[in-house]
Amino acid sequence: MAEPIQCDLCSKSATVHLTQIVDGKIHKVDLCETCANEKGVTDPNGFSLGDLLGGNVENERLGNAPIHLKCEVCGFTPADYKKHGRLGCPSCYKNLRPLIMPMLAHMHKGTVHDGKIPRHTLTREEQKQKLDDLNASLKKAVTEERFEDAARIRDAIIRQIEKDEGAHVH
Amino acid sequence: MKGLMSISALVESMGEMTHRAGSRRPIVMSTRIRLARNLAHYPFPGWAKKAQRDEVLGQCLDVVMQVPKIKRPKGGRLDELSELQRQILLERHLISRELICEPEGAGVIISISKNQACSVMINEEDHLRIQVLRNGLHLKRAWNFIDAVDNVIEQSLNYAYSKELGYLTACPTNVGTGLRASAMLHLPGLVISGQMDKVVRAVNQLGIAVRGIFGEGSDASGSFFQISNQQTLGETETDILQRLRSVMSTIMEREQDARENVLEKDSSKLLDKIGRAYGILRHGRLISSSEAMNRLSLIRLAIDIGSIPDEFRDLVDPLFIECQPGHVQFSINKEIEPTQRDVIRAAILRQKFSKIPQPVFGHLNL
Repeated sequence: MAEPIQCDLCSKSATVHLTQIVDGKIHKVDLCETCANEKGVTDPNGFSLGDLLGGNVENERLGNAPIHLKCEVCGFTPADYKKHGRLGCPSCYKNLRPLIMPMLAHMHKGTVHDGKIPRHTLTREEQKQKLDDLNASLKKAVTEERFEDAARIRDAIIRQIEKDEGAHVH
Repeated sequence: MKGLMSISALVESMGEMTHRAGSRRPIVMSTRIRLARNLAHYPFPGWAKKAQRDEVLGQCLDVVMQVPKIKRPKGGRLDELSELQRQILLERHLISRELICEPEGAGVIISISKNQACSVMINEEDHLRIQVLRNGLHLKRAWNFIDAVDNVIEQSLNYAYSKELGYLTACPTNVGTGLRASAMLHLPGLVISGQMDKVVRAVNQLGIAVRGIFGEGSDASGSFFQISNQQTLGETETDILQRLRSVMSTIMEREQDARENVLEKDSSKLLDKIGRAYGILRHGRLISSSEAMNRLSLIRLAIDIGSIPDEFRDLVDPLFIECQPGHVQFSINKEIEPTQRDVIRAAILRQKFSKIPQPVFGHLNL
C-alpha cells in the first residue's frame, strides 16, 4: 500500500484532496478532515486554494494585481513590491489597495486597526485639511470675482489659524 | 550634531540584555518591545531619496533627543561610527543588521539605565524603530515605557496613520499597531529532548514566531530562542501582549518538564555535558563564538539546577554577549582574524571561569 499523504497544514494523514486551476495554473492541496473543516473547504463558494497555499500566495496575488496599479504619490508599483518586499510610502496603502488588502487578510488577525491612536497627529492633520479646503475655496472665490465670499472665507481662515495656534499652546 | 555616542562607555557598562537586575529567573533572559513608526508625507526609508532620508533623520534626532523618558541619550548618525562600534551595538541588540547594511542617512539614539535599555533606530526599514529591552519577563513594564515614549514623540512629529489600518509601515507585516514584542528564552531542556521542532510548529499556528538569538535568519545558538508575535493588525496592543504571555508561560512549563525529565531519565548524559562544558571553558585555548554559546548555555543550566551557586549567574550571563566577535575584538582594541579571536575568547573565558567553582551534583541525589 502506498504511504499515506500528509496534511499540508498539520502532520495528520490527508483525507481531502483538492485541485483548483487559477489562471491556467494547477494548485493541489491535501488536507486532513479537521483542517479541511477549519478552512471552510466544505463551503465551495467561500473557498479558494490560494488562501491555503502559504508561501506562494503573495506572489500569485502580485501576479494577479492589475498592471495599471501605481501609487500616484511615490510612483511605486506592484512590480516594485515584488522586487523589494516593502512599500514606497504611506499613501501606497490607499493607492495600491487591491494589492495590499488581500495580503493583510492573509497575514493578520483582522484587517481593521484596533490599537492606539495618535491623537496629536489626527488633530493636526484635520486642522491642516480644513485650512487647505478654505484656501481652495478662497482661490476659487477670487477667480470667480465673488469678493464678498472671498472676504468671508479670509476671515474664516484667520479664525481657524488663531484657533489652531490656541490649541497648540494648550 | 554633538555628543556622539561613546561606545567604550556603553561597552564598559553592564550589558543591558544580561543586566544584573531581574535576571535571576531561569529560562527567561530578557524582554523586548519595539514599535514601528513612520512620518506622514515622506516615502519609507527604502524608497526615499538621500535628501529625504537626511531630512527625516534630522527631524527625528532633534525630537527623540528631547524625550524626557529617554535619559542621558547618546546618539548620532550611523556613518560616523566605525564598523567595530556598529558590530558592538548589533551584538547588544541595540541596532539591527538592516540598519548596518544601509548606514547612509541612518541614525540611532541609545539610553541605558539601571533596569533597561532603550534604543531608537532612525531610517531602518521604517523611519522610527523605538525599542526597549529589559531583563527577565516584563512585557507590561516594557509596554508602559515604550507607550509613553511614543506619545511624547508623537506630540512633535506627525505619524503616518490611517483610521482603518493604524500605523502605516514599510512592510505590511507590521501595519496596525507596529508592535513586535518578544522574549529571549533559554530552552536547553526542549532542545536536548528533541521537542523544539514540535514547539515551533505549535506556536506558529497561534501566530507566534520563534527565531534564533540574533533575530531573523540566525540559528538557535546556545539554545536561546526569541519568541515574538507575528500579527500586528486587528487586535489591541494589550491583546497581543496577553496572547504572547500565555504562549510563553506554556513554553516555560514545557521547558521545566523537559529539564526534570532529562534529569530523571538521562542524568549522566546531561551532567557529563555540563562537566565537559565547564572543563573546556575553564581550560580551553581555542573557542569559537558558537562553541562558547553552547558551552555557556550548559553552565547556565547548571546554575538553574543548583550545581553552580546562583550568585555566579551575574558572571555567566554577560558572557553570552562578551563572547561575540565584536566584543572580543573590542576587549583588545583591534580588529583580528577569527582564529586569533578564538584564542582571545578562550583567554577571557579562562579568566572568568577561574572565579567560578566547578559544578557539583551531589545535591541532586542521583
